[in-house]
Amino acid sequence: MADRTPVIAGIGLSDYPVAPDLDSMQHHTLALQRALADSGVALRDIDGYIGAGGSHQQMVDDAVSMAEYLRIDHKYIDSTMTGGSSFEFHVQHGAAAIRDGICDTILVTYGSNQLSRMGRMLGTGGFTRGSQKVGGPMAYEAPYGNSLVGAYAMAAQRHMYEYGTTSEQLAEIAVGVREFAGLNPSAMYRDPITVDDVVGSRMIADPMHKLDCCVISDGGGAFIMTTAERAADLRQPPAYVLGAAGAQTHWNISQMPDYTVTAAAKAGPIAFERAGVTPADIDTIQFYDSFTITALLLLEDLGFCPKGEGGKFVAEGHLRRGGALPLNTDGGGLSSCHPGMRGIFLIVEAVRQLRGQGGDAQVPDCKLALACGSGGWLSCMGTVILGSEAP
Amino acid sequence: MSADVVEVEEWARPIPRPDATSAPYWEAAARGELVVQECPECGRRQFYPRTVCTQCGADPGWLTCSGRGSVHTFTVIRQNHAKPFREELPYVVAMVDLEEGPRMMGNLTGCDPAEVHIGMPVEVYFVRADEGGAVPFWRPRPG
Repeated sequence: MADRTPVIAGIGLSDYPVAPDLDSMQHHTLALQRALADSGVALRDIDGYIGAGGSHQQMVDDAVSMAEYLRIDHKYIDSTMTGGSSFEFHVQHGAAAIRDGICDTILVTYGSNQLSRMGRMLGTGGFTRGSQKVGGPMAYEAPYGNSLVGAYAMAAQRHMYEYGTTSEQLAEIAVGVREFAGLNPSAMYRDPITVDDVVGSRMIADPMHKLDCCVISDGGGAFIMTTAERAADLRQPPAYVLGAAGAQTHWNISQMPDYTVTAAAKAGPIAFERAGVTPADIDTIQFYDSFTITALLLLEDLGFCPKGEGGKFVAEGHLRRGGALPLNTDGGGLSSCHPGMRGIFLIVEAVRQLRGQGGDAQVPDCKLALACGSGGWLSCMGTVILGSEAP
Repeated sequence: MSADVVEVEEWARPIPRPDATSAPYWEAAARGELVVQECPECGRRQFYPRTVCTQCGADPGWLTCSGRGSVHTFTVIRQNHAKPFREELPYVVAMVDLEEGPRMMGNLTGCDPAEVHIGMPVEVYFVRADEGGAVPFWRPRPG
């Protein structure tokens, strides 16, 4: 009986954080060329494709367009788009397809040139501009000038109110992630920062300061999923998909049922149960750190600390280099790169850590890594638990 | 209830586009009335307007609200490059818990942003937007 345990066998990143000469498709393809070279998989061996698009243009790099562009003769295709967490949902879907024998080798790619194309105004440019007609659910938000930052700020404000969380505690997350960015030569910002730097930086939307917010960059990523049996003949040690789950509480921020609880509170326990491990077993976490509050909510919702105690937990230093639960060892979205939908970087970094390829940021004896993507406005959470050893 | 509908010289913000489902909501707003949906079958109240009750799947009816609520959470927007909001900084975006239950987004005006707090009592008013339509806003209400 063939071992159809799903694994991640190859990873690749395009050039980041600033790549003015690459368009979105070139980010996709540069990343996939590197993932193929990393794994030893041939492009013609790919029989499944999953992607969430990334280009600002319709029908350019969505799944069916990518399959045509790459001439992938697929037995499985999936275009799930849950925002930045798409790629964690892709691991869940891809693992099921591989385990079920629908296909054998799946390529997942992402690419965006949003910094070079749009500049840095995305987060505070508003979703909408004046005098345009807006229908659907946004008709009840667009007239009020909320920003992307403002959406997360409302969650932070409520968490502070209910649990006494402070700006200084949130700042600790940005400080720790910046320390890891200092070890990544490609990271956008590498100089160390302090809690005072974060809380002293300009307020963008109360209580989110500039340094509570992720960067805006270019970039792309790719990974290749296959069976444990096929991975045995490939170049890299496999990262086993032990558990993956996704959940959603809302899409638009005004529909969030509880501003202090994300869908990771539903997805997390399912992923842990499938993996047969507990939060205490995890060696490193790769979180979607769009904002400091995002990472804090995920810590609580995934059970690394009780609800409401995220601020205290962070201040104890567990997430820092050398701590028990290092967070975002590549420098994260807060300091390294954030090309629109960052979820694919979480998977790539988790795999690097499990292979022992983390360089100066390597977490010692790293056997279990958890990636949790956040998509939309704290809307769709995808949790993936990867291991270096067969289940 | 019927609240003020304030006329402005020019509405430069995005303009809500009513559809078949939301038309009664926007028609009420133009009269200075805030309505939410209430299900005649199961009693669930919901906002924004939908074609079905999200609890039981029946056709929702309408409930006229008191126009009173309280701040559930909020932010003060201090940076927004988009017109016309960049000329209005800083301003408050709040989620308001209606007395009737549902929660909705709106701007809270008529007070210093520094005075805004969670639990703050607020009341609705409307601003004339375009072609007779109106959009709900919020201002402090004596507790």
